[in-house]
Amino acid sequence: MTKTLTIDGKTIPFQDGQTIIEAATAAGVYIPHLCHHPEFTPHGSCKLCSVKVNGRVCSACTFPAAEGQDVINNSQELNDDRQKITQMLFVEGNHFCPSCEKTGNCQLQAVAYHLNMLDDHFPLFFHNRNVDASHSDVLIDHNRCIFCTLCVRASIEQDGKNVFAIAGRGINKHLAVNSATGLLKDSDLDKNDKAAHICPTGAILIKRTGYQVPIGQRLYDHQEIDAVSLAHETEQRHGE
Amino acid sequence: MANKIKVATTSLAGCFGCHMSFLDIDERLVTLVEHVQFDRSPLTDIEHCSSDCDIGLIEGGVCNSENVHTLREFRKQCKILVAVGACAINGGLPAMRNFIPLEECLAEAYLHGIGVENAHVPNDEELPLLLDKVRPIHEVVKIDYFLPGCPPSADVFWKFLTDLLAGSQPKLDYELVHFD
Repeated sequence: MTKTLTIDGKTIPFQDGQTIIEAATAAGVYIPHLCHHPEFTPHGSCKLCSVKVNGRVCSACTFPAAEGQDVINNSQELNDDRQKITQMLFVEGNHFCPSCEKTGNCQLQAVAYHLNMLDDHFPLFFHNRNVDASHSDVLIDHNRCIFCTLCVRASIEQDGKNVFAIAGRGINKHLAVNSATGLLKDSDLDKNDKAAHICPTGAILIKRTGYQVPIGQRLYDHQEIDAVSLAHETEQRHGE
Repeated sequence: MANKIKVATTSLAGCFGCHMSFLDIDERLVTLVEHVQFDRSPLTDIEHCSSDCDIGLIEGGVCNSENVHTLREFRKQCKILVAVGACAINGGLPAMRNFIPLEECLAEAYLHGIGVENAHVPNDEELPLLLDKVRPIHEVVKIDYFLPGCPPSADVFWKFLTDLLAGSQPKLDYELVHFD
């Protein structure tokens, strides 16, 4: 007998050991997310994948799927919460889309579009963050970092290095680079590393590749992130 | 004439790009003016809003004391106030000065910049005082609708205004919502 749970009333099969988001994705159900990535250990920090499991709010990327769970995903209440979370991410950093190379390919922006976010709602922090352009091939713009830790995890789990970490608390929280000087140029990062390509926003960019795809022809310019995300997952599974 | 919807527009700390994009509705302007009448706006040169404006379109963020006064006048006189474009919504490009102390900005522009002659920071009392930081307009007054984009396309203006004129809640489709 296949084990099942329900998401928004739809019966979904799952296998032992799967998280709710893994079971959902396999069944073609999109749950908004930013820090989740199927190739890496769940982190559960962005909270965009918050769903109601038997009436309690849980992170779908960390919560194990279990027999008979009643999961609410696509509700007005949860999407309103997700929109507020996304707005908080926008006001905490400095996200000026018109001057960012990632625009149109950015998951933060695409999630905002998906949630019909039209404004920032909250007062903006305008906290001063720096740019590290020291590396010959890779640029870090800390203004756009949302602390998803995907680069941290990719560096450790896939590249076998330990280039990034999150340091500091509150407003002083930042992406730290593991090198004597704290600069990217003195770290082990190579431009072919997974960690250099995993950033969902424009915080880590490869130099000399900017604007090769014109604005208007980019990933999310004409298709929503739910369709892109599910299509990508299906592709990955067929590739395996 | 009396039944026409009154629309006021202004550009605060903006580049008038949003106004240009608005004018890109081209020949649809003819249809629009059958239903609306422009009140205070750079398009009419009317200096102050009538007391019964229906829609106020605000481009740009708030960077000086005059912007604050203008924005408050719009809020007071317009039933519906709309933040138009990236700068009105999050400060945009002008807000990039927020990371540099104001004194340093002024010194760079008027004292130490390349080619500056008779260096002095302009201090005529007619000039509005600069704010410490450029702010999005929702931090100063209540905003009813937001049209993102740099600039929002002509189709965004058209869809938004025709929805409102039809008496329905404005709704922008996916293709019309862009932050860039």
